[in-house]
Amino acid sequence: MHSATPLPVFRTQGVTRAYRTGAITVWALRGVDLTLNESEMVVLLGASGSGKSTLVNILGGLDLPTDGQVFFRDRELTRASDRALTAFRRDHVGFVFQFYNLVPSLTARENVALVTEIARNPMRPEEALERVGLGARMDHFPAELSGGEQQRVAIARAIAKRPDVMLCDEPTGALDSATGVQVLAALHEVNRDLGTATVLITHNAAIRKIAHRVIVLADGKIKSDEVNATRIAPEEVVW
Amino acid sequence: MVGALDRKLLRDLGRIWAQTLAIALVLGCGIMVLVGAQATQQTLIDTQAAWYERHRFADVFSSVSRAPVSMVADAARIEGVAQAEGRITFMAMVDVDGMDEPASAQVLSLPRAPGLNLPLVRRGRLPAPGNVAEVALNEPFAEAHGLYPGARFRAVLNGQMRELQVTGWVLSPEFVYTMAPGAILPDDRRFGLIWMPEATAAAVMDMGGAINEVALRLARGADERAVIAALDALLDPWGGTGAHGRDRQVSHAFLEGELQQLGVMAGFMPPIFLLVAAFLVNMVLGRLIALERVQIGLLKAIGYSAREIGWHYLKLALLIGALGWAAGAGLGLWIAEAMIGLYADFFRFPFLIRSHGTQALWLGGALAAATVLLGAGRAVWAALRLPPAEAMQPPAPPGFSRGPADRVLAWVRFRQTTMMIFRSILRWPARAAITLVGVAASVGVLVMSYFIFDSVDVLTDSIFGQANRQHMTLALSQAQTEQVVRDAHALPGVLRAEGGYAMPVRLVNGHQTWLSALQGHFPGATLARLVDDAGQVVTPPEDGLVLPETLAEALGLDIGDRLRLEMLAAPRRVLDLPVRAVITQGLGQEVHISAPALFAAMESVPQVNMIHLSVREDQIPTLHAAIKTTPAIAGLSDWADLRRQFDATLAENLLVMVSIYTAIGALIAVGVVYNAARIQVAERSYELATLRVMGFSRRQVGYVLVGEMMLLTLVAVPLGWVLGYALAQGLVVGMSTDMIQLPFHISRRTFALATLVVIVAALGAVLLVRRRLDRVDLATALKARE
Repeated sequence: MHSATPLPVFRTQGVTRAYRTGAITVWALRGVDLTLNESEMVVLLGASGSGKSTLVNILGGLDLPTDGQVFFRDRELTRASDRALTAFRRDHVGFVFQFYNLVPSLTARENVALVTEIARNPMRPEEALERVGLGARMDHFPAELSGGEQQRVAIARAIAKRPDVMLCDEPTGALDSATGVQVLAALHEVNRDLGTATVLITHNAAIRKIAHRVIVLADGKIKSDEVNATRIAPEEVVW
Repeated sequence: MVGALDRKLLRDLGRIWAQTLAIALVLGCGIMVLVGAQATQQTLIDTQAAWYERHRFADVFSSVSRAPVSMVADAARIEGVAQAEGRITFMAMVDVDGMDEPASAQVLSLPRAPGLNLPLVRRGRLPAPGNVAEVALNEPFAEAHGLYPGARFRAVLNGQMRELQVTGWVLSPEFVYTMAPGAILPDDRRFGLIWMPEATAAAVMDMGGAINEVALRLARGADERAVIAALDALLDPWGGTGAHGRDRQVSHAFLEGELQQLGVMAGFMPPIFLLVAAFLVNMVLGRLIALERVQIGLLKAIGYSAREIGWHYLKLALLIGALGWAAGAGLGLWIAEAMIGLYADFFRFPFLIRSHGTQALWLGGALAAATVLLGAGRAVWAALRLPPAEAMQPPAPPGFSRGPADRVLAWVRFRQTTMMIFRSILRWPARAAITLVGVAASVGVLVMSYFIFDSVDVLTDSIFGQANRQHMTLALSQAQTEQVVRDAHALPGVLRAEGGYAMPVRLVNGHQTWLSALQGHFPGATLARLVDDAGQVVTPPEDGLVLPETLAEALGLDIGDRLRLEMLAAPRRVLDLPVRAVITQGLGQEVHISAPALFAAMESVPQVNMIHLSVREDQIPTLHAAIKTTPAIAGLSDWADLRRQFDATLAENLLVMVSIYTAIGALIAVGVVYNAARIQVAERSYELATLRVMGFSRRQVGYVLVGEMMLLTLVAVPLGWVLGYALAQGLVVGMSTDMIQLPFHISRRTFALATLVVIVAALGAVLLVRRRLDRVDLATALKARE
C-alpha cells in the first residue's frame, strides 16, 4: 500500500526538547527534521533515552518542543492551544501504550465506547474489537483479560475513532513473544486495511522488518532513516 | 538523634500535609468544642460552688403570708436543718430619674447575723439599722441607672411613695441571674433588688415581729424532701405557699440549665467530629500504606520487625492526633475565655474561679489518641500482615466484575465516564461509605445547629406573635372585680384592655406535687392567649384544666384524671378539677382554665389581678407616668420593649453564631471530600491522564472526579437530613430544662441552608483537588505505573 507519491501527515523542522531538572538541562531532542507519510508504517528504533518517546509525545500533541516546528498536514501544532491539542488528539490520533492504559472499571467494549462517544466518525465498538480478534471477549473487564488481549483492546480503542495516525509506544514491551506477535499482527492489519499511518516505537530490532521505513534515533538526533526493500509478516518475526 | 524511619515519617507527613491538616481540623473541632464547653462549665461550677458556700446560699425556700418570727427558730429545729433565716420581702414600683416608664423591684430585708443569702458589698456600705431612708441596690440595676451611693430615687412601698437613698451596691448568691417574676428575660433596667434593714421593711409593710419568707440551709446528708414536707406542715397555718429546693429557685435553676446545656454541648458534638476524623485517618493511612507496600516489604526484608513497622505508622497517626489536639485545645481554651466573658455579663458573680481546663485537656488528648488509633488500626494491621515478598510486588489491578448493578447500569446506557463513576463507587463501597457518612454527618451537624434558630423562631413567634399581643401587662397589687378593666380604658392611650387572673398553686396528684401557677382565661380575649407549639390558639374548655404535656407527665396525669390545686395566696382555696386537655408548649409550666369555670369552682364573682393593654405608641410615655403614680399597680411588663430587646440580642449574635456553626459543619464536608478526592486523584491519575491523552477535555476528565464526589454528596444529603432530625431531637431532650422546652420544629429553610452549605463546601473541596489534575504531566503519567 506504499503510495508512489506519498502525502505527508507529519512534518517537523529543527525540533528540540530540553528538560530542566534543577540545575541540569537534559536535551531529549536536538534538532529533528522528519516527514511521515500517509499509510506509512514506521518503526522508531533507539536505545533508552535516545528521544523516541519524546518525539512521539510531541507528534501526538502531548508535549511541546522547546524549539522548532511540528506540522500535522497544514496545521502547525507548535502554535496550538491546549484546547486545540486536545481536539487534535481526539479527532486524529490513536495512542497505544506499553502498559495498555485501559480503564479498569470499564469492560473491553466500554473502554472502546469511551472513545467512540467523543469521536466524530467512529466505528462501532464491536467492529473495532472484532478487527483485533476480540469479538468473543467484549464484556470482560481488563482484570479478566491477558496482557495480549488487553493490548488488543487498547488497539481497538485507538482505531475505533478512525484516526489519521496511530502512535504506539513499545506496544509489545510488556508481552512475551507469542502474544507480542498477535499485537503486531493487529497493528499490521489496521495499517494495511484502513491505511492508517502508524509510528511504532520499539527497542526490539527484530520488529524493524515489518515496517515500510525504519528510523533510528540516537542522542536526540536521527541517526539513520531507511526504507525497507522487503517487509515480512508479523508472524515471521522472531525474538 | 532522629532515626531514619522517623525522618521518613516526618517527610511522609510533609507530603500529605494538606490531608493531615484537613483531618487535624476536623479532629480539632471536636476537641475544641469539648475543651471549650468543659472549661467553661468547670469555671461556672467552681465559681458557683465558692460563691454559694462563702455567702451561704440557702437550700430550701418558702414564702408565707405572715408568720411570727418565732417560726424561724421552729424551722431551725426541723431534723436536717443546719440554719434557718426569716425575712420580709415584697414588690415595689420604682421611679428613677431619666426613665419614663416605671421599674419594679423586689424589696428584701437584710439578713440577721450570721444569716443566709448574704449580700456582698461591692461599693459603698449596707444601710444602717434605724435609718428608714437608706437602702442598698443590686449592682446591675444600680449600674444601669447610675445610682451611685448617695443618690436618691423614689419608690412606691406598700402604696406609699417614698424617697430612698442608696448606700451601696451589692451582689447576692440568690440573684446570680435576676429576672422579674413572670418575665422571660432578665432586664437590669426594669427590675432591681432593694435591700433594707429588717426594721424598716417591717415598718413599711406593717409586719412588726413577723416575716413572709423562710430560707433554710441543710445539714450534710439531710433529706431535702423530708425537710420541705416538715416546713410545709410548719408554715401551713400561717399561709405557707409551698417550700421548694434550689431546683425551683429561679436564679439557681437558670444557672443549672446553662450548665446542663454546656454539658450537652461537650457530650453531643465532639463524638460526631471524632468519628469522622477516625474515618479520615483510616482512609488516608490506608492509602499511604497501600502506596508504600513496596517500602514495607523492603523494610521487612532488611530486618525491621512487624512491630517496628506498625509502630512507625501508628506514630504517624498519633502525630496527626497531636496536631488536632493542639489546635483544638488552643481554640477551645480561647473559646472558653470568650464564653466565660459572655457568661460574666449574663450571670453576676463577684469573682471567677477559672478552670484551666486541665481535665478537659487530658480527656481531649485521650480521645484524640483513641480516635487516630482506632482509625489507623485496620490499615496498620494490613501492613503488618503483608508478607515481604508479596509486598514488593506491585498490587494486582483492581478486579472489577459484573454484578447485578451492571445490568442496571447497562440498561440505563450511561456515558462511559458516568459508568466509571458508578463502577468506582461499587468497587470501593467502604470508601464511598466513608465519604457518604462524613458528608451526611456534616449535613446533620448543620441541620442540628440551624435548628436552634428555628426553635427560637417558634418560641418568639409563639410568645410575642400569638400568645402575648398586648403592649404591656399591669400586675395589680390585689385582685379586683372586672370593673377595674373598664377603668383601665380611661388610662391615657389605651386602645384595648383585657383582664387576666393568675394564682400561684401547688398541684397535687397522689404523692406527686408541683409548684406552678394557674392562669384564668377570659372568654373573647384577643391580647393574651393560650397558644401551643403548633401556633394554634387553644380555647380552654368550659370546665376543667388544660396542662402542658411536660407538666402532665411530671404529675403522671392523663386526660380525664382529676387534679388537686391548692391556691398559695388569698383566697387560698383548694380545688379539685378534671384535666380536659394536654397541649405541647415550649415555654411555660402553668395550668390553664377558662375564667368562668375557675370562678364557678371558687364560688366567687369574676376577678382580675392582671390587665393586658394594647396602647397607642405615641401615648406610651404619658401612660408610663400615669402608672407610676397608681399605687394599685404593682408591676408592669412591657412586651413590645421585651420583643425589641429580644430581637436585638438575637440579631447581635445571629451572624456570629451562624458563621461559627456553618464553618464547623462545613469543615467536616471539606475534610471528607478533600481527602476522598485527593486519594481518587492519586490512585487514578494514570487512568485520568489516559482520558486526557485520548482527547477528553479537562472538563470531561474533571467530571469523573467531581461527578463521583458530588454524586456521593447528593446521596448523603437526605441521609444527613435524617441524621440532623435525630440529632435535633436528641438536642431537644438534652437541652430542655424545667424552665424551657425547645419546641421541635425544623424549617425547610434549615434543611435547604444545610444542604446548600454542604454542597458548596464539597464542590469547593473537590474543585481544589481537581486543579491537581491539570498539573499531571501527561507524558510521565502514562509511563509511571504505581
